[in-house]
Amino acid sequence: MKIFFLATYLAVKEVIRNRGRFLLVALVIALITLLVLFIAALGEGLANGNRQYVANLDAQLVVFLEKSDFSISASRLETNTVKAVRRVEGVADAGPIYTSNTEIVSLPETLKVSMLGAEAGRPGMPAIVEGRYFRGGEAREAVMDRNVAQRSDLKIGDTIQIRSTQGTDDKFFDLAIVGLVDGQSYFFQPTIFVPSATWEKVRPQSEAELTSDTPYPNIIAVKLVDPSQVDAISARLTDEVSNIEVADIETTINTIPGYSAQQGTVQTQGVFTLLIGILVIGGFFQIQILQKVPQIGVLKAIGSSNGVVGLSAVIQIIVVTALGVGIGGGMTYLFSLGFPPTIPLVFNGTRSLIAVALLLLIGPLGGMVSIIYAVRIEPLKALRLG
Amino acid sequence: MSSVALEVRDLVKSFSLDGGIINAVDGVSFQVKSGEFVALVGPSGSGKTTMLSILAALLTPTTGQVLIDGQNLAQMNEKKRVKLRREKIGFTFQSNNLIPYLTARENVEFMLRLNNKLDRAGRVRSDELLARLGLSDRLHNLPAQMSGGQQQRVAIARALIHNPAVVLADEPTASLDTERAFQVVETFANLIHENDRAGIMVTHDLRMCQFVDRVLQMQDGKLVKVYESKKEILELAQGVLKH
Repeated sequence: MKIFFLATYLAVKEVIRNRGRFLLVALVIALITLLVLFIAALGEGLANGNRQYVANLDAQLVVFLEKSDFSISASRLETNTVKAVRRVEGVADAGPIYTSNTEIVSLPETLKVSMLGAEAGRPGMPAIVEGRYFRGGEAREAVMDRNVAQRSDLKIGDTIQIRSTQGTDDKFFDLAIVGLVDGQSYFFQPTIFVPSATWEKVRPQSEAELTSDTPYPNIIAVKLVDPSQVDAISARLTDEVSNIEVADIETTINTIPGYSAQQGTVQTQGVFTLLIGILVIGGFFQIQILQKVPQIGVLKAIGSSNGVVGLSAVIQIIVVTALGVGIGGGMTYLFSLGFPPTIPLVFNGTRSLIAVALLLLIGPLGGMVSIIYAVRIEPLKALRLG
Repeated sequence: MSSVALEVRDLVKSFSLDGGIINAVDGVSFQVKSGEFVALVGPSGSGKTTMLSILAALLTPTTGQVLIDGQNLAQMNEKKRVKLRREKIGFTFQSNNLIPYLTARENVEFMLRLNNKLDRAGRVRSDELLARLGLSDRLHNLPAQMSGGQQQRVAIARALIHNPAVVLADEPTASLDTERAFQVVETFANLIHENDRAGIMVTHDLRMCQFVDRVLQMQDGKLVKVYESKKEILELAQGVLKH
């Protein structure tokens, strides 16, 4: 305890009396913090934009067409597969999901959206936060992502016009907004939900597809009676239903085109930024210790133990790192207030906390060499330098 | 009758050099009593600094014994030597004496902190000692805000504040002008006598010997002469005697 108090006393006195120098280092750490937190937020934002709809599915399993390699766009299931899946023991409910892209042209600026067909109240259709579900059949009604509605100044009761290329012609369809859902971005685009029959009518189609009125689901979201039985039911589904393959939600997210590559890139950037931080902080403290060799020699010669000298260096590094991370956190918050909503920054608690924890570690890690060096300084040699 | 604060018995320190062995300190024995101020003189390479380093428990002797306040340095591990330096030894160096980010008062009080003795009485004693050294108006100054002489006086206060058995000074006047050097050593000598400590000063400047009680002269690692009479010491200090 005495060692701790002595070390703290020395560390704090030095930081206070050399505050300009230490503040400069803290600001460097703050900039690294800013960068790391923004990369983490960008990673989360991009990930959300890609996976949000799938991640929020009220389901534990997703059924794909066999040999589609769990690719949603490559998967196209038979219509009777949904009923076959629902009959499997352990399945609480299953909902078909139909995916395509379209454009809302009735807004001042054309907005590209993911248009998903789903069945109201079934897995695959998110909970309504305002308004109501669309009616069944070919009702020209849509449920919209609330963020998009707010950004586009749309409200329940408004009608949007979408443009879909069918064959060689551009076709325009009016859809009434009847309900809103929360955060349902898919494949980097905001989402509108429509009934499956409507989806089949209004989606972009090739010339060949125009001959059929039957909607084929891309995937089926499967909700289990016992969510812990993912593996068992997955195997049972594959056994009992023909021409399918089954994935859990995590696998489905990871096979979204570009998702893993994108997240890998963002995480690599974050790791390299942290490594740069370690080198910068390590360099600073190493230079500082080299400048302090005679002074450390005096401290040891008058009876300070290695514990006091080493712990003092550790405390100093922790104080400066914490200060830098604190300033960086504040700067990040202030900057985030001014960023346009088109930049996908999401400050997710867990990811940001992990980033902050790693940032707090880079100080002691970077300063490790200098701390070892300080402890190994021999007072006799150090004093001869003086 | 004063007790023996420091005793050196047949001390040898050998170093390997170019395949051979040299004795930097070669069979030196002497005693220093409490209240006695001793100068260690000799040309460069005579073994003064090596001797001081051994006395300061910073260097282990090859053979022989060093007893500080009755404790044998040769029988101590590093941890005990650190404790001995903290409790029984006061030290001033040529330069870079003080912790640069502590004020004069904090530098002195730091010795008391190290020894877990920083209480109200310790603080008062620290201020009194600094006042005695003419530094009452410099208590809150950092070393960089003080002259070399003032820094050296703060170092003297730090070396004495915890009542060590032995106070060691390595060329305390090396970075001072003549006038300041005389003031510093005279004050140092007075404090050694008043506080009944054993003081050993390594110096090149024989003029400083006028303030000491005994002069130990070293050459080639051996103790070649001891000046004990006041007359001899003053003559040495005034350059009458051949060094």
